[in-house]
Amino acid sequence: MTKYILKRLFYLVLTLLIIASITFFMMKGLPGTPYTNQNKMSPTQLAALNQKYGFNKPLFEQYLMYMNNLVHGDLGTSFQFNNEPVTQLIGDHIGPSMQLGLQAMILGSLLGIVFGSIAAIKKNTWIDSLTTIVSILGLSIPSFVLAVLLQYYLGYKLHWFPVALWHGFSSSILPTLALAAFPLASIARYMRTEMVDVLNSDYIELAKAKGDASWQVIVKHALRNSLIPIITVVGPMAVTIMTGSMVVESIFSIPGIGDQFVQSILTNDYPTIMGLTLFYSFLMVVVILIVDILYGIIDPRIRLGKGGKA
Amino acid sequence: MSDKVLEVKDLEVDFSTLNGTVHAIRDVSFDLNKGETLALVGESGSGKSVTVRSVIQLYAKNAKVTNGEITFHGKNLLELSPKEMDKIRGKDISMIFQDPMTSLDPTMTIGKQVAEPLLVHHDTSEKEAMKRAQEVLKLVGIPNAKERMHNYPHQFSGGQRQRIVIAMAIIDNPEILIADEPTTALDVTVQAQIISLLKDLQKKIGTSIIFITHDLGVVAGIADRVAVMYAGKIIEYGTTDEIYYDPKHPYTWGLLDSMPTLGLEGKRLKAIPGTPANLIDPPKGDAFAPRSEYAMKIDERLQPPFFKVTDTHYAATWLLDPKAPKVTPPASIQERYNQYQKLRGENDG
Repeated sequence: MTKYILKRLFYLVLTLLIIASITFFMMKGLPGTPYTNQNKMSPTQLAALNQKYGFNKPLFEQYLMYMNNLVHGDLGTSFQFNNEPVTQLIGDHIGPSMQLGLQAMILGSLLGIVFGSIAAIKKNTWIDSLTTIVSILGLSIPSFVLAVLLQYYLGYKLHWFPVALWHGFSSSILPTLALAAFPLASIARYMRTEMVDVLNSDYIELAKAKGDASWQVIVKHALRNSLIPIITVVGPMAVTIMTGSMVVESIFSIPGIGDQFVQSILTNDYPTIMGLTLFYSFLMVVVILIVDILYGIIDPRIRLGKGGKA
Repeated sequence: MSDKVLEVKDLEVDFSTLNGTVHAIRDVSFDLNKGETLALVGESGSGKSVTVRSVIQLYAKNAKVTNGEITFHGKNLLELSPKEMDKIRGKDISMIFQDPMTSLDPTMTIGKQVAEPLLVHHDTSEKEAMKRAQEVLKLVGIPNAKERMHNYPHQFSGGQRQRIVIAMAIIDNPEILIADEPTTALDVTVQAQIISLLKDLQKKIGTSIIFITHDLGVVAGIADRVAVMYAGKIIEYGTTDEIYYDPKHPYTWGLLDSMPTLGLEGKRLKAIPGTPANLIDPPKGDAFAPRSEYAMKIDERLQPPFFKVTDTHYAATWLLDPKAPKVTPPASIQERYNQYQKLRGENDG
């Protein structure tokens, strides 16, 4: 297992280097230069930047320089956000985004699994139809619409939660709810389909024949087997939610990372684009690694190492 | 031998489908004696599986028992609450399924799966249950049971998996073991091993077995008595010898003739012509009559009752009515009878 994880970590680094390279050249292909804003910068700043990044030098040389800095942990300095180092920029703003994403994923997955399972157990009853309708709504209503609705009714009208800004846990509740709708709905759909399949399988019938009560059949046998395909969906969804909450963040005026990403692309803020892309890629690759390890834990058929025949 | 452990009386089961109500079981009655093996034989759709699934009430949601009694220890199982039924399943009556490749939970070690009935039905500690599971796995012939009980189903072959399923079924010493085509999905050599394992276990724990199969060849090796089913009814029953060597129902003749035997080299196997009866609108008379070359007028109008052949042998065909014309069974069936008489004669002498 250790050997497997080491191998995966090596590939992880390799993947990130490849992503960094591709992003670098694609980014350089964007129209415009960071100097669109040069009027606002002092000549000394420009000179310092020119010297540090060598924008006059051939593209390939620039690439080697960037990669060299990257390997030494230097993501550079942002061109627009107060000349902050990119690492610090990410560090300062990632907290709220990650917190919202994680809360939304945990809430969405748990409720999705519960609702999906109940729908499957009560297949073809009104409960099943109800969860189907809720899922379709959750999938089709964009998160920003939901965000505004929640903000207006639960925040402005009822004063249950803060309308906006980022002051403690209570201000994270509304954006979390807005973000959780999508994972909740889609996981509930997957879970229902999967659970219906599993409940029709022979080993569930055998479990009943052993005298397991209905809840024992679900808890001991059906749940774990239904979860196997769900993990695949949950991983990448988690990354998307953690990183893609930009609209919701701006509706609730949350100092997250989403806003910076869009701004950096619009202004050709090369170091920030690179830094954030690498950070997102890093998250994605790590989540995929975690998903693969989780797979092994939940499904013994693909467990690695000793004992596994196939 | 005459201690009845299970009595099924006038059982009728309907399935509601989009095409209409299927009368899958039409008035089935049988007894199961202590320690005996009863085989239910018949082609696909004849109602064998539905019959036994009614006993432990594990059937599709659209199934409904419309009539009958299933008596076990003086209680009518059909009147028990789901909770009371849970207590009987896996403890007093347990079941083995057809396909061992899919009947084990792929995400649970086999030790835990085998121990499960004990943990569900008794206050056994997990440690004790696992110890017992190991014993039972050894009993059903899993080598290195101690180590292997921590393995998962995918690490076993089909035959081994069926042994594991059997271990699960017998761990709580059930009074009745229902085996629903337990050998159909296995290859022939493994089939023989599983049959002899079941016979062995039956001797050791004294359980009664209801053995379902469509393969008369398998029945001979294990059953004490045989009941032949057709179109949701039992049409003939008797001891295994009686059914094999002196069958009376034309359907049983057809079944036996469609089975390969040793003397058959070079000849074609006979198939029963036609298709099974439509059970949405079951025939008024003998359901097999349209496929039978021995059918008479009365078969179309009236359901034949059981005619007694011997104390243990009954068959539901109008051919046994005293007023029916004398019909000679096909030559192959007569041959069976003659061979049997010869064998008996040799044994007696």
